Amino acid sequence: MKRVQFEHSPIPYLFVAPQIIIIVIFFLWPAAQAVYQSFLLEDAFGLSSQFVWFRNYSDTIFSSAWLQAFGFTIIFSTLVTFLSLGIALLLAVKANEVIQGASTYKTLLMWAYAIAPPVAGLMGNLMFNPLIGDLYGFMNAVGFDFDHKLDPYDAGFVVILISVWKQVSVNFIFFLSGLQGIPKSVNEAAMMDCNSSTRRFWTITFPLLAPTTFFLMVINITYAFFETFGIIDTTTQGAPGGATTTLVFKVFQDGFRGADIGGSSAQSVVLMLLVLVLTVIQFRFIEKKVHY
Amino acid sequence: MSGVQLKSVRKTYPNGAEAIRGVDMDIKSGEMIVFVGPSGCGKSTLLRMVAGLESISSGDISIGDRVINDVSPSERDVAMVFQNYALYPHMSVRGNMSYGLKNRKMDKAEIDKRVNDAATMLKIDQFLDRQPNQLSGGQRQRVAMGRAIVRDPQVFLFDEPLSNLDAKLRVQMRIEIKRLQRRMNVTSIYVTHDQTEAMTLADRLAVINDGRVEQMGAPMDLYNDPKTLFVASFIGAPQINLIPVRFDGIALSNGNLSLPGFKDLPKDADLVLGVRPDVLVETPDGQFEMRVDLVEQHGGENLVYGALTGATNEEGEDLELCLKASKETLPELDGKLTLGFDPATAFVFRKDTGERLI
Amino acid sequence: MTRSTLITHLILISGAIFMTLPVWVAFATSTHAPETILREGLQIIPGGHFFETYNEVLFVEGGVMKKVTATAMLKNSLILGIGFAVGKVIISMLAAYAIVYFRFRLAVPLFWIIFMTLLLPLEVRIIPSYKVVADLGLLDTHTGLIIPLIASATGTFFFRQFFRSVPDELLEAARLDGATSWGFFIDILVPLSKTMIAAILIIMFVVGWNQYLWPLIMTTKEENYTLVIGIKQIYQVLNEGGELPQFQKAFALTILATLPPVLVVLIFQNWFVKGLVESEK
Repeated sequence: MKRVQFEHSPIPYLFVAPQIIIIVIFFLWPAAQAVYQSFLLEDAFGLSSQFVWFRNYSDTIFSSAWLQAFGFTIIFSTLVTFLSLGIALLLAVKANEVIQGASTYKTLLMWAYAIAPPVAGLMGNLMFNPLIGDLYGFMNAVGFDFDHKLDPYDAGFVVILISVWKQVSVNFIFFLSGLQGIPKSVNEAAMMDCNSSTRRFWTITFPLLAPTTFFLMVINITYAFFETFGIIDTTTQGAPGGATTTLVFKVFQDGFRGADIGGSSAQSVVLMLLVLVLTVIQFRFIEKKVHY
Repeated sequence: MSGVQLKSVRKTYPNGAEAIRGVDMDIKSGEMIVFVGPSGCGKSTLLRMVAGLESISSGDISIGDRVINDVSPSERDVAMVFQNYALYPHMSVRGNMSYGLKNRKMDKAEIDKRVNDAATMLKIDQFLDRQPNQLSGGQRQRVAMGRAIVRDPQVFLFDEPLSNLDAKLRVQMRIEIKRLQRRMNVTSIYVTHDQTEAMTLADRLAVINDGRVEQMGAPMDLYNDPKTLFVASFIGAPQINLIPVRFDGIALSNGNLSLPGFKDLPKDADLVLGVRPDVLVETPDGQFEMRVDLVEQHGGENLVYGALTGATNEEGEDLELCLKASKETLPELDGKLTLGFDPATAFVFRKDTGERLI
Repeated sequence: MTRSTLITHLILISGAIFMTLPVWVAFATSTHAPETILREGLQIIPGGHFFETYNEVLFVEGGVMKKVTATAMLKNSLILGIGFAVGKVIISMLAAYAIVYFRFRLAVPLFWIIFMTLLLPLEVRIIPSYKVVADLGLLDTHTGLIIPLIASATGTFFFRQFFRSVPDELLEAARLDGATSWGFFIDILVPLSKTMIAAILIIMFVVGWNQYLWPLIMTTKEENYTLVIGIKQIYQVLNEGGELPQFQKAFALTILATLPPVLVVLIFQNWFVKGLVESEK
């Protein structure tokens, strides 16, 4: 809070108005609609609808397809988060150590941030294309009976690989800036107290990076839940048999392809709750950070 | 030119905290007043109330004949120099100095003239096209002053303007501010916690404590004739020696210490004896015996520190004593020194109210 | 060079290859003839069909889509990227200014309304959002594409954070200098935020350019496709089979969709990193 502010006047309302108006029309109203529709059942032609309480919830959420998507989303998010964080942390630590070529490495490792997930998805899709994709050939050549069009695990492997590839650069940027934020004197003091660089990393550096890591975990989970939509839509499209369908992809599929508005809305509401939980966790953490 | 009047000025925050508890003050035209006090005493708040940056809960502030309680800061005809200078970082020195005049829709030629005059006076005319981050601390300080001067205000307000400078520059700027103020003869209010600055700059000092003016007057009057324990201990460096005592009808006493030569004091109250370090003299028949533990040599003079023997404070700890002596006085550490003072030069305060009795 | 620095370099080189090689292969492959690609698979050395492929993709109608060229899609992408970035900076700076520098009764509730956008990503309100835009007659328009995207809280929070770090004394000095609220904003705050604005513009250009789900559902006409959406169509064409698959064009399109944001990030690398790290705080 500023010590001195401008006094009461209509001016601040004019300044916030553009954002608030857009939010009300394009955020709050649609979100309320989603909640409302999640309690309605429309007939096949969308001509009449009927209030059905929680039937959409029970119908979709206890369906095996939703549970399958839920299960996949959890496994997918966990793997994507840990793999991309792990790779990025390793690279950031090394990039922070190195003196020669530091800025070249930095550039090469972060630039992929600019690539859109669906573009990464299509690139990966082409690499794994059975006709031309050398990765497809490679996987079979080294002894896997690889077919991501038919095998759920192979399909999962492809979407996870692309999702991790796409996310490493963001994590790298944050880890590197976190590492560079550790005062030089702390590293020097640690150098005098502890000879083993591995031990130094786990006892000094990593704990100091904990806020960054925690923050990135939330970011990565959000990414795996929502932004990977573009990757899945351009690679497996949830196939085979819904094995690589995430919750978000299912909302889209049921709503636009299946025209099941009520069911799709019910799933949306469940997703809203998940986002709420993630946000609360994130802000709890930020509050804690303030006390440092 | 015009003076500044404060009438029963109070400031109460919405949470009930009282920052200013009723201040009356009459600042004459052309006078330089220094608000001095410990941090959090309300001195800056009071200054900011004059500037219009803080609202006034009750009472009146007037500049000249005009009550300015509800006048916006820019229309009060005051100029302020901030502690961190508050220069606009993206504007040149000229831009900084002329911004306020442009907002007043002043004629361009007049703006140029005023900026150039002020810059010449402050010897910053060669920096007019530089950005603040290309200037040294002292130069930034001058720009901040220049920004105030060009406005040709009725009142200058200074909010600890020298506290970001190093010691040498501080002394230099202090002298310059004083000269400038003399020359321009503009009513000024200057806030500081540094009592040397306060003593040297002020025509009159206002010692502020806990939202009240403890005492106001010329610096030497406050030094020689403090009305309260707080003023006595705040004004004067090194700080006045304070010894808790009681009066038994004939003498002030504490432990084995007995100090005759005082009369007309209450016998049933805790008292505090105040003796300035510079009225103590080394003499064989003195009232105090001190065990020396430190000698600070300041060049022209020495400060001798040690514990007063025979007396303790309420916690039973040694009482520290300080003596201001000539540079030849070099007692041995752990040696004993006998010190005396003329009771007429000492002060006696009530401990509970801080009121001065003698 | 000691053994440990050698290992460090090896790890970093592997990482750099992992991040870079796929895009390089996509580019190299895009410069070969479709027959070569079909016969030999992915290429690592650029071939001789660079101009042929990119000319057809960029300028020939029917080259990639039925009617539209990649140039038209490029234009749409630029409009989305720039419009999104500029729009977002403007509305979020105004809102943040009001929240930080004014005392007004609805400040707290309005702040929470802005905050709530974090809880409502597009994905959870996708169908009703589509309906709103359709009802307003904004399908297939730039307005309908950009406006609903720019209101989220990230920019507002970023500027709020930055404005709070601006020393209080600047406002006080400006008020003594007689600046109005608008004058302080334009004369002091905006110039002071220059680097922050640049950083956010860069980040938001990339984010806007890379939008997928929203343009996907609200553009129905080919001439409104962005490059990123064009990708999706290519994918479907390739899946449908038929004639000789034009893989080189698919790769060329991925390169075109990648190039502008990558260039922006590389050219403004320092600002970009600053903006990214600061905006997420």
